[in-house]
Amino acid sequence: MSNAPIGFASTDHPVLAIEDLTVSFDGFKAVDGLNLYVQRNEVRVVIGPNGAGKTTVLDLICGKTSATSGSIRFNNHELTKMSEHAIVRVGVGRKFQTPSIYENLSVFENLEMSFPRGRKVLGALLFKRSPDVVERVETVAAEIFLREHLYTQADLLSHGQKQWLEIGMLLMQEPELLMLDEPVAGMSVSEREKTAQLLGRISVGRSVVVIEHDMEFVKSIAHKVTVLHQGKILAEGSMETVQNDPRVIDVYLGH
Amino acid sequence: MNAAYEKIVGGKSGLTGLLVLAVLLLLVFPLSLDIFRLNLVGKYLAYAFVAVGLVLCWGYGGILSLGQGVFFGLGGYCMAMFLKLEASDPISTKIQSTPGIPDFMDWNQITELPAMWQPFHSFSFTLLAVLAVPVLLALVIGLAMFKRRVGDVYFSIVTQAISAILSILIIGQQGLTGGVNGITDLKTLMGWDIRTDSAKLILYFLSAGLLILCILLGRFILTSKLGRLLMAMRDKEERVRFSGYDVASFKIFVFCIAAMFAAIGGAMFTLQVGFMSPSFVGIVPSIEMVIYAAVGGRMSLLGAVYGTLLVNFGKSYFSETFPELWLFLMGGLFIAVVMYFPNGLAGVYDKQSKRLLAWLGSRKSATAAAPNVIAEKTAAEKSDKSGIDIINLEASK
Repeated sequence: MSNAPIGFASTDHPVLAIEDLTVSFDGFKAVDGLNLYVQRNEVRVVIGPNGAGKTTVLDLICGKTSATSGSIRFNNHELTKMSEHAIVRVGVGRKFQTPSIYENLSVFENLEMSFPRGRKVLGALLFKRSPDVVERVETVAAEIFLREHLYTQADLLSHGQKQWLEIGMLLMQEPELLMLDEPVAGMSVSEREKTAQLLGRISVGRSVVVIEHDMEFVKSIAHKVTVLHQGKILAEGSMETVQNDPRVIDVYLGH
Repeated sequence: MNAAYEKIVGGKSGLTGLLVLAVLLLLVFPLSLDIFRLNLVGKYLAYAFVAVGLVLCWGYGGILSLGQGVFFGLGGYCMAMFLKLEASDPISTKIQSTPGIPDFMDWNQITELPAMWQPFHSFSFTLLAVLAVPVLLALVIGLAMFKRRVGDVYFSIVTQAISAILSILIIGQQGLTGGVNGITDLKTLMGWDIRTDSAKLILYFLSAGLLILCILLGRFILTSKLGRLLMAMRDKEERVRFSGYDVASFKIFVFCIAAMFAAIGGAMFTLQVGFMSPSFVGIVPSIEMVIYAAVGGRMSLLGAVYGTLLVNFGKSYFSETFPELWLFLMGGLFIAVVMYFPNGLAGVYDKQSKRLLAWLGSRKSATAAAPNVIAEKTAAEKSDKSGIDIINLEASK
């Protein structure tokens, strides 16, 4: 497994292709003619000042907000025309900014809820906890460092563990594209390091889009960085390029 | 097989609660009450179907419907139409200007049975309609509301409006529905006189049996993954949606189930009381039905039954003794429950039984479970009115 920025050299089709994407709220363009391409095996970090439209971009991809114009292509699906649950089912997973888990269920049950079977009314009524479900839950729990906490009620977890749990719930869905909104917010230094390792592991075979403010963390995970400002791309490239870009320093990183 | 037992009955504690209710409904009440009172309890049990449905859709699904009277009424009216046609044979209606049609149609100068009434000559069609008409309406309302993400208080207001609309419609279409009087003078069901004491007894047992079946079905739903999804949706709707679930379809499902339970209750009500009228459809009865579930405990299927019984016993007692105070008492009761006992009788029972167990445990007396069961049974034996309260507290699990 290599952590090299495969995204640059890759010549195959991008997994996610956003073209001329615009969304306007009462005339205010939160995202303005955005073009963004993400490759398989790539970890892309989106940074930018508050109000730059980072979270809105994720909302647009996962269908929470509908685009005013433009297209979002994911593999062969046009996401702008699909409902939220259909977008999830074709392989897009989204983690929210604050950990969004089922507090009164156990870790096991939280993960089980995201197992991609029994998603319809009848299926959910007849869903059985078969050995493959248990096995998958245990594998994912080990991946997100919660192997020992399978039967802990979720609201008893630490903030960082809750963040991992939500990532685990996404992994249960086996998504091809994983979108994480500030995954290390509120985490301790050691938890951040573990999360960076986790992202390195889970990006193999899929694409990961991360919104993050913590520059040290960004440096440790990013293959490529996109800087958003006022709904547009200000700069894009490796961490080093972006960090030395005078416009980025001006609007975001500071002098 | 064992898994199915755990799932539907709810294991040992679930079985105890269910048995206590079954003993109360199928043994204690029939043995201790005269047929008039028993018929009254049967009428309350008809309301309990609605309350059990509300536990599913309101307690677990977070969908507060203030229009359950609509489904109760539709189920009741479908049954009443069949019974009315049977009661309106040409011989017993020969003094009418058009014999063979229901009396109220004749009074309204209608000379031919309306097309809408025709299929209700068939009992099997009627049984189907009792279930299908309310469920289809719930499906339409659900599709229109939940697919557009209308929820919370807006949904409650819309359902309340629908119950007002339906009762106004029924009152307005006098020739078709019997208007404000409703459909009265129901006599026989396929030749079987439902007004006799033996028929009332059989209908009581049928109601109690069907109610227990509905509770079992409710438990099956709540213990499945769908039940967990309902609660997850109630607390974290976005997370469920972005985990690949079509949230609306689950809400529609549970709303339709609640409508179906209410409709069964409505049909059993018509059979036991012998008439159906718009006064069971409108806003006030619909809200009363929510109060039954709230008092019993909106998270407890069994609690809903006790809540319905308690409120209705209270209603018949207080409305006889202090008729002008009853509505205020009812309002006060609802406020008190919401403020102090958000989980209703079931919540009080849970808390008290835990305390009792802890107390017994600290005394290191005999096993904690056995005296508890005996206490429940002795309480259940006292079935006079003053005993109801105790039964509710003891057995609302």
